[in-house]
Amino acid sequence: MAEWLGQNTLLLGLALLDGLAYAALVFMVAVGLNLVFGVLRIINIAHGSLFAIGGYAAASLGLFLAAHGLPGWIQYVALVLAAALVGGILGPVIERLVLRRIYGHEQVLQLLVTFALFMILEDVQKLVWGVQPVTNDAPLRLLGTVDVPFGEDVIPFTAYQLFVLPGVALATLGGLAWFLRRTLTGRIIVAVTTDREAATAMGIDARRVFLLTFTFGAGLAALGGALASPTTTLVPGIGASTIVLSFAVVATAGLGQIEGAAISSLLIGIGRSAAVYLAPEFEVVVPYLIMVAVLLVRPQGLFGVVETRRV
Amino acid sequence: MSSTQHALTRRGALALAGAVSGSLLWPGSGRAQAQKPAELKVGITTFLSGTSSVFGVPARQTAEMLFEEINQAGGIGGVPVRALFVDEAPGTEHVVAEYRRLVQNEGVSIIFASISSGSCLACTPLSDELRKTTLLWDCGTQRALEEGRHPYAFRTQGYATPEVLAPLLYLLKTKPDFRTLAVINQDYAWGRDSWEIWKSAMDVLKPGVRVVAELFPRLGATDYSTEVTRLLAARPDVIFSTHWGGDLVTLVRQAAERRLFDRSTFVLPVAEASMQILGRTMPAGHIIGTRGDHWNNHPRPKDPARLARFVDSYRRRFNEYPIYPCHHMYQAISAMQAAYNKAIAAKGGGWPNDQELAAAFRGLEFPTPTSTITLREDGQGLEDQIVGVSTFTDRYPFAVPKDMIIFPAAMVSAPVGQKSVDWVKTLKPELLAQVPAPIAG
Amino acid sequence: MMRRGAEASIALLGAAGVLAAAWAAPWLKFVLTIALAKGIAVLGILLLLRAGQVTFGHAVYLAAGAYTVAFLAPSAGEAFLLLPVAALVSGLLGLVVGLFVVRYRDIFFGMLNLAISMVFYSLLEKLYSLTRGTDGIRVEPPRIAGFSLALEDYVWAMLILALVLAVGFGVLVRAYLASPMGQALAGIKTRETRLEFMGVSARRVLLAAYVLSALMGGVGGAIVGMTTRHVTPLLAYWTSSGELVFIAILGGAGAALGPFLGAVGYELVRVYAAASFAEAWQAILGAVLLLVILFAPGGLWGMISGLLGRGRPGRPA
Repeated sequence: MAEWLGQNTLLLGLALLDGLAYAALVFMVAVGLNLVFGVLRIINIAHGSLFAIGGYAAASLGLFLAAHGLPGWIQYVALVLAAALVGGILGPVIERLVLRRIYGHEQVLQLLVTFALFMILEDVQKLVWGVQPVTNDAPLRLLGTVDVPFGEDVIPFTAYQLFVLPGVALATLGGLAWFLRRTLTGRIIVAVTTDREAATAMGIDARRVFLLTFTFGAGLAALGGALASPTTTLVPGIGASTIVLSFAVVATAGLGQIEGAAISSLLIGIGRSAAVYLAPEFEVVVPYLIMVAVLLVRPQGLFGVVETRRV
Repeated sequence: MSSTQHALTRRGALALAGAVSGSLLWPGSGRAQAQKPAELKVGITTFLSGTSSVFGVPARQTAEMLFEEINQAGGIGGVPVRALFVDEAPGTEHVVAEYRRLVQNEGVSIIFASISSGSCLACTPLSDELRKTTLLWDCGTQRALEEGRHPYAFRTQGYATPEVLAPLLYLLKTKPDFRTLAVINQDYAWGRDSWEIWKSAMDVLKPGVRVVAELFPRLGATDYSTEVTRLLAARPDVIFSTHWGGDLVTLVRQAAERRLFDRSTFVLPVAEASMQILGRTMPAGHIIGTRGDHWNNHPRPKDPARLARFVDSYRRRFNEYPIYPCHHMYQAISAMQAAYNKAIAAKGGGWPNDQELAAAFRGLEFPTPTSTITLREDGQGLEDQIVGVSTFTDRYPFAVPKDMIIFPAAMVSAPVGQKSVDWVKTLKPELLAQVPAPIAG
Repeated sequence: MMRRGAEASIALLGAAGVLAAAWAAPWLKFVLTIALAKGIAVLGILLLLRAGQVTFGHAVYLAAGAYTVAFLAPSAGEAFLLLPVAALVSGLLGLVVGLFVVRYRDIFFGMLNLAISMVFYSLLEKLYSLTRGTDGIRVEPPRIAGFSLALEDYVWAMLILALVLAVGFGVLVRAYLASPMGQALAGIKTRETRLEFMGVSARRVLLAAYVLSALMGGVGGAIVGMTTRHVTPLLAYWTSSGELVFIAILGGAGAALGPFLGAVGYELVRVYAAASFAEAWQAILGAVLLLVILFAPGGLWGMISGLLGRGRPGRPA
């Protein structure tokens, strides 16, 4: 064991770096999903589509700006701007036109409504961006690479992957925690999450909170897509595979738990990376195995609270 | 909910039911093919949604463009052609259902089946059963025609074995000194099959190569940073990858950004379709293939005017260069034209029935923009393979091959009646001596 | 609930309609067989919905049935042998998974089923030497009651087999829901703790329903496998599971006829959409689903029983 560790510590160190970056991407998608579930009690299957549209929008905007010779730093503004646009437009549209009609309906109907939205958005996205892969490298290129020593060798990592992704994820986590605990709107959201009936009885306008939260969640999904767009390639079907992974993260975390989403993203991100080195065959199933294992021990997820209301 | 809404949806549902029964329930005309139909219907299954639509949609565009051209020129045997498209994305059972509908209800004369190998495998038995000529127009699995006789199925292009073997021979011919190799393929049938063929052939042609990593990330993976790190650390001489589409684009971008291309030589047999998207990101000096011989800079196309005409009209219409699925669609359509002409001539001007049409395909020779393809007696098409090293020229804003080798199809295809994996194990290193020299420049 | 006679006559009418449509349009036989097979699987989802539980992983049992057929068909090519074995295999898988998942409720129940189905899906892809990965396994048509039928006769036989099984399972589910076990299911949805006070183990009630639903999934999958005659891992992907829940809601979760109405409706809309707008069939299906949920949450069955109920006032609806 000790000998094995000696030989492989370096490799595991590399896996850790990759795992962190991957965890950051996963967290950005999962946290929005989790926030929306906490408040609206709806698992939004269309969240994956919002991720994809956010990515497409960011890449298109970035390419457009680059084509007009605007300076490089604008690329990073474009990422955030595209996400805000997608969340700000699609979020309210979906919430007002569709979700608002099914609050209080059976869970299966709520789930299926978002499945229907997913099916529609998949084709809409194809209609707008076509089927050829869309990419925009600029934000990745501008920062260049960092050489990480590996024994006598060096392994180049992109600075974007090493610093920007984990940085934005941390900032999002910190910002969200601050927003939910320290601001009035945030506290209202938390109140609705913990006890909707009591919060409404105290005169909180639940509808406004729902609209706000869903828009915010949609924006986070789009931001996840926007952040992924410099490294990945946008193609039809990217939303479908993203969403199942986020489900695993959210269920592992415990529903509605922001910090939980961070921890379980880390668990799943690093677990997956380690699998590429140790057992590449199982890389794909690692997230689900982690989820099943966690739920076996803690049925409400890592940080979930046991619900006692339905008696 | 108000009662008007109820009435509305009910009326809507009835209208839909009426429309369905009107257009689909009753069998269409033209089930008997003895006399000349008013219209020659062609059923085409292709990916119109999902990840593989990067291939499916350009192919569909090609079919639409070429069908228009054929109709402007008077159709086939005086009969106008019409394409009916089916999306493969929903899976086998949908494709099988649609195949039956196209044959039994729409009365199509011929079917072009599938990009997906799974769909091809599901459609060949149907062609036997419904006796409908079926062109396997893009799928690559060697199993389709090696595991049984299918008198109505023909593949109008090459397949996995030559498409993997040609790049391997190219590597052995041009860079014979490599000692370590890694593979990173998509985790599905093509990724596994192509690795099995490559490994079996490499073990007999150049024994002793050490495989330092076998990575099979899932199809549609969005991130390869861990895989790239592992490959950077392992420093293999050669990295073999049959990735395609968006996955290949992601892999090349992430690997190029982190200078993996400086450490290892890549062999990318399905590179061509992604070169336009990658543009200057694709590094020069790596081995690239195109599942055939249809490069834009083909060194000696048989009919340069034909190639130029096709490429130009496609570019004018869709604002991009045609990629290999477009050429595969071209080949299927060209084969169909040639077979009809042959069958009509054999019948003294009469219209062929299903049996006569299928008979015309056996041993058929038909022109492509770059070459001529012959269909063997088992239905397999013999398409030459061109492999080269990526480079940039003034003519194209993306990588094209240089130092190309044209591999004659017969040299790299398993002979009729033999299974590919068994056959490649019988290859001898002497085969390398027969490989033609690269065409310089 | 509608009168029993009315439901039976609608079922008979539907069966006759299926046969008539299949006779009039030969290609429909295949589509209708698949629809009936999925209907049988959706009956299982209906059971779980009665307990208020949604599974987004039920396609796994469909796939288990289909792959059982694919693996066994070469050595035991007899439909009347394959069907019960497929049911048994899926039922056993359902028992193993069920023992674990019935401890969970609501969204966790749904997510766990999803996760397990994704593991199963990945394995079907991964165990390449066994399953041939995404290319899938070809299934030679099995004998039916000792007869090896060819071509259209085989397709007819599969349709009639599916129809008989659909009616049989429909009656079974109807009886099950009316039994104390079925009543207890509804209890899980409304007030689970009360069940426990009454000395009924909610877990055991749910497990029984889960195993039965897995078994029906297996039967449906076996028919799909024998009809499509090519089995691929896509059968187990999460979107296939979503499709099954979609069918349940489209048909209406209120009655045993719902799944079959839903399945036929779903397949016809898909065929129609795919034939007219090959590039946007998914959006059309999504729009239909959205409209049904927003404007007719009772599904097709709700619409029909509404029509009939209004036509004959005074009868208990």
